[in-house]
Amino acid sequence: MVFRSIILYNIDMEMNIIEKLKIAELKGRGGAAYPTWMKWNLVKEAQGEKKYVVCNASEGEPGVFKDKYIFKHYSEDVINGMQLAMETVGAEEAYIFLNKEYFELFGDQLKKIIGHLNIKLFKKQGHYLSGEETTLLNELEWKRPEPRLKPPYPVTNGLFDYPTLVNNVETFYCVSKIAKDEYKKTRFYSISGDVENHGVFELPEDWSVKKVLEEIKNWPKIDFFVQVDGGASGEIFLPEELDCPAKGNGAIIIYDKKMTDPMQLMRKWAEFFVKNNCDKCTPCREGVYRLKEMLDQDKLDKKIVEELFFAMEETAFCPLGKGVSRPFKSLIEKLKL
Amino acid sequence: MKSIAIIIDNKKITTEIGKTILEVAKENGIEIPSLCWHPDLDVKATCRVCVIEVKGKNCLFTACSTKVEEGMEIITDSPKIRKARKINLELIISQHREECGDCVYSLGCELLKMAKEYDADFQKHEDRRKDFPAYRFGPSVLFDSSKCINCRNCVEVCEKQGVGFLELEERDNIWEVVPSKDPKKDCIYCGQCLVHCPVGAFEAIGEFEGSENVLTKEKGKTLVVQFAPAVRVAIGEEFGMEPGEDCTEKIAAGLKQLGVDCVFDVCVGADFTTSAEVEECVECIAKNKNLPVLTSCCPSWVKYIEFYEPKFIKNLTTARSPHIILGGVLKTYWAKQQNKKPEDIVVVSVMPCTAKKYEITRKELEIDGMKPVDFVLTTRELAFVFKRHGIDLKKIKGVPCDNPFGDPSGAGIIYGASGGVLESAIRTAYKKLTGNDFPGLKFEAVRGMEGIKRAEVDMGGRIIKIAVFNGIGNAKKILEEVKKNPDAYQYIEVMACPGGCIGGGGQPVPMTPEIRAKRAKGLYNIDVSKKIRKAEDNPEIQKVYKEFFSDKEVYEKICYTKFSQKEKEN
Repeated sequence: MVFRSIILYNIDMEMNIIEKLKIAELKGRGGAAYPTWMKWNLVKEAQGEKKYVVCNASEGEPGVFKDKYIFKHYSEDVINGMQLAMETVGAEEAYIFLNKEYFELFGDQLKKIIGHLNIKLFKKQGHYLSGEETTLLNELEWKRPEPRLKPPYPVTNGLFDYPTLVNNVETFYCVSKIAKDEYKKTRFYSISGDVENHGVFELPEDWSVKKVLEEIKNWPKIDFFVQVDGGASGEIFLPEELDCPAKGNGAIIIYDKKMTDPMQLMRKWAEFFVKNNCDKCTPCREGVYRLKEMLDQDKLDKKIVEELFFAMEETAFCPLGKGVSRPFKSLIEKLKL
Repeated sequence: MKSIAIIIDNKKITTEIGKTILEVAKENGIEIPSLCWHPDLDVKATCRVCVIEVKGKNCLFTACSTKVEEGMEIITDSPKIRKARKINLELIISQHREECGDCVYSLGCELLKMAKEYDADFQKHEDRRKDFPAYRFGPSVLFDSSKCINCRNCVEVCEKQGVGFLELEERDNIWEVVPSKDPKKDCIYCGQCLVHCPVGAFEAIGEFEGSENVLTKEKGKTLVVQFAPAVRVAIGEEFGMEPGEDCTEKIAAGLKQLGVDCVFDVCVGADFTTSAEVEECVECIAKNKNLPVLTSCCPSWVKYIEFYEPKFIKNLTTARSPHIILGGVLKTYWAKQQNKKPEDIVVVSVMPCTAKKYEITRKELEIDGMKPVDFVLTTRELAFVFKRHGIDLKKIKGVPCDNPFGDPSGAGIIYGASGGVLESAIRTAYKKLTGNDFPGLKFEAVRGMEGIKRAEVDMGGRIIKIAVFNGIGNAKKILEEVKKNPDAYQYIEVMACPGGCIGGGGQPVPMTPEIRAKRAKGLYNIDVSKKIRKAEDNPEIQKVYKEFFSDKEVYEKICYTKFSQKEKEN
């Protein structure tokens, strides 16, 4: 009878948690904002001898450091969220995919919290792209870090081809909060750049960027522009465009317009992409290379730039490649370069 | 398979679920340009040239990686598609150093064809790789990385071959194809990288700057050319003929026109190999010694064993490969007959193979310090020289090969297709052991393009278990099987290239499963047309055995060899 009651308890709990995630309208916090409950449900329904849960802590783009903050302050919640996921989708094994820095910083602490749970730590080999989940899975399998063809999706054919749930650190934190009925629809904003108060701030997710900056006393007095959703791939906004909430990973970077050399800024981004893309597809590998080449020579041929952006947006293999043009295009357009 | 209806360019098509848009388009004669896609390989979708539009969807899709769905409406040509293809082509062109006059894609360069179709600007960007190095793999294969377009087909096929010698390495922040520095990995010279490269970044050593010299007769020398079975059913492709068309006599005529003194047929060499191999094999089986016997006429396979699996060296049959035996016979028996000094005879083999260039450098094949074969040219090289001299194989009137080594048995012909070596041996061994011909002289179970074929033959009371492999990746599996169960097989044929020599690294490109199948069919057709179908029935062989090979020492020297463990060479 004891046995049966455990099963009943489990069923009860898992119905609850997916239902709760749905009601809470939680969306993935890695950047793609896929409804979490749907992803969980897909993995739960998927057929497989084995299933995996993976926590994506590969955070590596400039200006994004909220997962680090979460590990520092809320590691228990992250592990709790993962444990709930394992029980809910039926996974006996889980991985935390950590970038090198976080592995060094939090490895020991995480191991202590994990205790006897079957959650393993994996040290990332150094690739921004492994934020993209199929790239991350390849790296976990010790394969070349590059994205896989989709479909099939990881929810059915993930790690070692088994159904796999991949969620971001913050998503698991939120799951834990939701399970404990402590979730207040907040998110973590990474704030950096030319402002007084750098750091990570937990604030309501529906606040506009403007409100976030104002509330934390960070609204610049200078002429400025901001980059939202990552210091390389994020989009550029002017002060008058900040009445909407921050998208993606919630990073906000403020630039002093007078002091920022836009060409230098773009060079920095291009450098980042050249270093960190996987070089698999023509438009991203060669497009980013040509973009950097033009920036290094300090002359942007408008027509060629437009063509490269078009090819990347329309034909790149993965979301990173498709999104490369976003910061450049918005900066060029908004600063009227 | 579930049948579904789709529309491509307003054409209603019924097809099956699970297929990609590119596959369905090809089946229906709708052309979608592509570079990295190859029917032998997995879909990698790296070049991004095959983009198409799907009605109702905003972005472009790659036809090679997108599966068809019920009701899908596909557009393969639009201003948006043309624009995307043009930009990506220009990016690809800017990483490919053009050297069109000296390219293995003599007729069918897809990149050039597309560049014209999409009006791609060759000058848009400076060549990114103009200073990239060329890597030489032994005397066989050259990888000119200044022509590579990073499609990674070579890396994949090298992995599929179970070799993994070509890898990716980061160079100035870009992952580029390089040869492995790992001491446990080495090139086996099969040239599958070459035939799967869409842009000619790989070539055989000598292609094509050295090809013509080889066929230019030196004063006072006798220039003899022998050509392998697989060459005759493929070289026609370089002249717009169908794969599989028999060009035996046309090749002989072309060579004569070039001024070659004598033209012989490597298939006769194959008849020698069969005789020598069967003798050794029958003995091994009778004595249960060094079983299973592994064929050794494929030099890539031999190199693979010597480098990766040296404990199987003892299993390799020591019978020399066909062109080596015939070369040896030419420089000894025939030289004497013709009253010529061996050193005045230059033997050139035209082979479907890049590894044969390596094979002729093996010291142990020398006969009293003399190389049986002086030069190896690929099928492509011979075609190149013919073209340079205005010889059109399509038009030329054929002549027979010279005597005495110009008329092989059917068994010698089928050496060029996977299963052929073993079938030839079985025809001979069966007769030897049972006194009868093998039923129908047709061993269906070992024919065909499958990578792994297994069969059993009743050899007069004893059941011999045999297996045929093409592709080293498949052969690796068999070695694992044999390690676990040494009695699993008694006789195994392995060819490194898919489909056997007809799919070799020296053959014309492009190369697809369809083309290989047609080439193989061509060989089997010639076999059936031959009056003599078994090696030992070839009167030319009988004559040499009687007049020359009665001396056992001479016989051993010309027909057998040895193998040894190899260190990394590249």
